[in-house]
Amino acid sequence: MPFVAATRSLGRAGLFSLAVLRASVPTRDFLAELVREIYKIGARSLPIIAVGGAFVGLVLTLQGYRTLATFGASNSLSTLLGLSLYRELGPVLTGLLFIGRAGSSIAAELGLMRATDQITALGLMGIDPVRKAVAPRFWAAVLTVPLLTAFFCSFAIAASYLEAVHVIGLDAGYFWSALKDNVDFVDDYCVAFLKSAVFGGTAALVAAYVGYHAEPTIEGTSVATTRAVVNASLLMLMLNFVMSALLFQ
Amino acid sequence: MTEPAPAVRLSAVRLARGGRTVLDGLDLAVPAGSITAVLGPSGSGKSTLLAALTGELAPAAGTVEVFGRPVPRDARALLALRKSIGVLLQGNGLLTDLSVAENVALPLRTHTELPAPVIARLVAMKLHAVGLRAAADLYPRELSGGMARRVALARALALDPPLMLYDEPLTGLDPIASGVVMALVQRLNRTLGLTSIVVSHHVRETLPIADHAVVVANGGIVFAGTPAELEASGDPLVRQFLHGEPDGPIPFDSRAFDNSTPVDARVKAA
Repeated sequence: MPFVAATRSLGRAGLFSLAVLRASVPTRDFLAELVREIYKIGARSLPIIAVGGAFVGLVLTLQGYRTLATFGASNSLSTLLGLSLYRELGPVLTGLLFIGRAGSSIAAELGLMRATDQITALGLMGIDPVRKAVAPRFWAAVLTVPLLTAFFCSFAIAASYLEAVHVIGLDAGYFWSALKDNVDFVDDYCVAFLKSAVFGGTAALVAAYVGYHAEPTIEGTSVATTRAVVNASLLMLMLNFVMSALLFQ
Repeated sequence: MTEPAPAVRLSAVRLARGGRTVLDGLDLAVPAGSITAVLGPSGSGKSTLLAALTGELAPAAGTVEVFGRPVPRDARALLALRKSIGVLLQGNGLLTDLSVAENVALPLRTHTELPAPVIARLVAMKLHAVGLRAAADLYPRELSGGMARRVALARALALDPPLMLYDEPLTGLDPIASGVVMALVQRLNRTLGLTSIVVSHHVRETLPIADHAVVVANGGIVFAGTPAELEASGDPLVRQFLHGEPDGPIPFDSRAFDNSTPVDARVKAA
């Protein structure tokens, strides 16, 4: 029965998540592995985040100016940009880009480790494969996605400034002061960080679960990678709605 | 003089996977210090037998004893058991993001408090034992199949386990590499006083180094004895396996699927 199978799968995923948290002991090897993963999935995601952020900023400015100008409210452009970026677009788009780049690589790496007997070998050596391979990736995602979101928003705002002030001709002083006055540190910036941390952890858990339990074949790894991206993206969008509903009263 | 206790003992063991019985009625005693070859056709359950010894698969019936104690289910006790069993997997299982030396050092770093210089010396010794000391800084992707298998062997021996399990150690190796691996298995068993169980279907390469031979087929053990007794056996199944005959007790035309409709009729219908 599909309902029973889905419930069993959900239960297994929950137990897997608990196992990841239980395996997160900050030993020296764990921290070395964590630093390595922060570089692999965080630092190496910077180019795509930077380019993505810049173009999102440019298109937001373009479309935002066109709409606001019809109401004579073009000076509210930076407010619109700042609030939409920090509250929704920054965490969500960074999360989606992260899932596409790093989430798929986590699922593929773990799927290949399963297919090449690396996970079995770790277990037979008395080494917890979740502690060695999964927990560092999870915490690397939780730590780096908020930072990547901050980068995303920074690049978007910088690109927006270039277009708004130097192309469209809006006042630079008003651009920055409106941004500063209307974007709150706790209600907007900190919420963006919190959302990003949740999205990063969710993406890593989904990708790791799917990759860790993949069929030990080439097809299994390919299926796992696709499922990781799709499932993590959908779950992230659902979580975004729930968090927005709860955090923005 | 009493005989030494066997390193491994299976008593009336039944092994099942996914509700299906793979092996039944297993009674086997592996003497300590010996090399036992577990032979049999592909899919006969040889690797399942190894899984029961390492605790990956709990027996559906009977008891599996390693060094006189039943294989535990408790995680901590199973961890202690696994430190005393070295396993060479068919796929090697080398971690691809670690160098050869780091792979061999992994069990030592995880399970001992030895300082780094001591671990480095031990790693060099293990690699020297398999003839790959010069490959310490290479990564698994830079190794040939035979070299990767030897590195995996060095890693399996890292904690000096008294029991070594080899799961199809000659898969994918050329004749020279196969000869090297089997010579290593024999030499290490003798010099380190190990007990070795070699699961293989490479009869001609495995029998010469084995002290005992076991043939697994048809869901159970069909022969247990010395290699000389195996060669002299008149059992049709054993003879078919030993001589690689395409037809015999294991038929060429598999009847595992429903063959009530002749093949010609099925092809015409399609």
